[in-house]
Amino acid sequence: MQELVKRASELLADGSVARVLGWKAGDLPYNPEPAYFENEEQLRSFVYNGFCGANLSKYMIEASKLEGKTLVFLKPCDTYSFNQLMKEYRVDREKAWIIGVGCRGKLDIEAVKRSGIKGIESISEEDGELKIKTLYGDHSISYAEAMLERCHSCKGKEHRVYDELIGESEETNDSERFAGVTEIEAMSPEEKFAYFQKELSKCIRCNACRNVCPACSCRKCVFDSNKFDSAQKANTDSFEEKMFHIIRAFHVAGRCTDCGECSRVCPEGIPLHLFNRKFMKDIDELYGEFRAGEDAETKGPLTDFTFEDAEPGVVAERG
Amino acid sequence: MYKIKTENLTALFQKIAGHQELYLPVRNAGQVNYANWSDEAEVDLNVLNTVKSPKDAFFPQSENLYTCKRDGKKITIEPEQLKSQNFVIFGMRSCDLKGVEVLDKVFLEDPLDTFYAARRDHGTIVAMACNEPEETCFCKAFGIDAAEPNADVATWMAGAELYWEPLTEKGEALTEMVRELLDDGSEEAVEEMKTNIRRIIAKLPYSDLSMDGWNGEVLDEKFNSELWDELYKPCLACGTCTFVCPTCQCYDIKDYDTGNGVQRYRCWDSCMYSDFTMMAHGNNRTNQMQRFRQRFMHKLVYFPANNDGMYSCVGCGRCVAKCPSSLNIVKVVKAFQNQGGEQ
Ligand code: SF4
Ligand code: SF4
Ligand code: SF4
Ligand code: SF4
Ligand code: SF4
Repeated sequence: MQELVKRASELLADGSVARVLGWKAGDLPYNPEPAYFENEEQLRSFVYNGFCGANLSKYMIEASKLEGKTLVFLKPCDTYSFNQLMKEYRVDREKAWIIGVGCRGKLDIEAVKRSGIKGIESISEEDGELKIKTLYGDHSISYAEAMLERCHSCKGKEHRVYDELIGESEETNDSERFAGVTEIEAMSPEEKFAYFQKELSKCIRCNACRNVCPACSCRKCVFDSNKFDSAQKANTDSFEEKMFHIIRAFHVAGRCTDCGECSRVCPEGIPLHLFNRKFMKDIDELYGEFRAGEDAETKGPLTDFTFEDAEPGVVAERG
Repeated sequence: MYKIKTENLTALFQKIAGHQELYLPVRNAGQVNYANWSDEAEVDLNVLNTVKSPKDAFFPQSENLYTCKRDGKKITIEPEQLKSQNFVIFGMRSCDLKGVEVLDKVFLEDPLDTFYAARRDHGTIVAMACNEPEETCFCKAFGIDAAEPNADVATWMAGAELYWEPLTEKGEALTEMVRELLDDGSEEAVEEMKTNIRRIIAKLPYSDLSMDGWNGEVLDEKFNSELWDELYKPCLACGTCTFVCPTCQCYDIKDYDTGNGVQRYRCWDSCMYSDFTMMAHGNNRTNQMQRFRQRFMHKLVYFPANNDGMYSCVGCGRCVAKCPSSLNIVKVVKAFQNQGGEQ
């Protein structure tokens, strides 16, 4: 972390960048927040640790409109989002100085709490274990167990776009990315419906999934339009409850980089990645393997046309 | 003081549900929220904060107000019926109870909100003391006592027993209804619990949070502070904080096209949204800094100014736990504190 701060100070001092976009230490052991830093003094509260899951790519949409360059710290998966945003002309590469930071998996406080740990006073790490002191006694949980879902199916530790790299990464991928989708595909239509009904009935339409999503970068979302019957604020019935998610999943299909932010932020723990991965799996099967955000140039299969493309009828055939 | 063995709680719920609707914390797909009791419901009384606050019981996220139907040239208007059946809400915590007091200030004063008032009239609240407060709790900062939930019935979970004390007429009536399931309990056990809870509360990381400097008098000073320009920046404008909050009270009224008429409904609104308080001339808050500022100014300045100093935050900590960017009201209060009152 000291290396990141040092490099940021240098770039600020010599005027290469006007500001730094990183994470600032929180007031609990697990709540750092995305933040801008403009001088060395402010950088004192900079932090890069296991709880810096927040993907800073989307903030670069706004930062691209500011005077001067913004130094942004991106984890390997975050760089896919940045590429995708570049492809969509939503961020300006010229306005960004990207430092790719090493990553050994990011932590999910919800996963820690799910294991029954409450009243957290401090969290430290020893040999792959998180030692957690609480008001109700000491606990430990393995680093891997406390990781975000997305880190278990990490795309790899290679940064897809950067100006310089700092820090080491460690492999975290220990699960099959499409396993959850395959499980659902095996269900009967009734079971599928019941499964999603149960999950989506929890949705409070808070829009955290949408607003955090780098693929959801429309200037005005259709769900914010008061000319549209289904305005953002509530699910008037169980159909609308699903419609929001279906529309969103379709709209990010082929553009979603599987950055995992939607599932990270959902206050109701809805496994939103399952929707997106279903589309990814289908795209892979119908058009050949494709990863949104691998680069900023390749046309996505859904925004391109070739004579070999699957015919729409394939949907009816597959049922 | 009465008590009931926890193994008999299901019988208690069955008994209540036999007479009235019963809402309580239920685990569904991994998350605990208030829901109707049923035999299959997986009741979870250990979770301190449900994801959504229990305010839905009185002020639902969306509710119909009236329905217009068109049949040829005939248009009929059917007002929505007010709540007319008694119900019980079980398991509310002290912070959420105070949240209802906040909502009362808004909805029970002139002009009276009849939908809300009907639910308040018909609801009996059974509250629970908080055995194991979380690090995110700061009810103490608002003078709320987690050990002494002041509802129609107060309860304390002590090992294998739930202590039960009716505090109001409604509480007495409910106690009468389930009397055969209750035994007499001693005050001592409960006093011990209270001491224990207060001891833990004193040790919480936010327990010394001070609200000094926040009141109805500081409008200009706080409103014009340059700090907001920094504080709002990571905010995604998602509205999660407002939707999980027990005291957020703003709503919007909308029409739903049913194909042969209109359903006029109201639903929670959020000051974090771009069309919040949209008027014919446009919107009086034009950027996210202003929307972000509204949330905290409302809770800590405007509300106390209009309600004899009562804050409209109760320290439940839900926004602390749920904000995707880890922002929250505590960080805002601390930021102003650290700045040493210069502004
Ligand atoms: S973040 Fe979760 S609760 Fe909020 S709108 Fe998205 S799915 Fe619904
Ligand atoms: S849909 Fe979810 S995983 Fe996909 S880009 Fe958006 S936030 Fe990331
Ligand atoms: S939950 Fe956090 S990011 Fe979302 S609107 Fe509230 S403060 Fe902003
Ligand atoms: S502002 Fe936050 S802590 Fe305060 S009552 Fe609302 S959700 Fe709870
Ligand atoms: S103004 Fe915002 S914070 Fe205040 S009650 Fe309304 S929605 Fe909640």
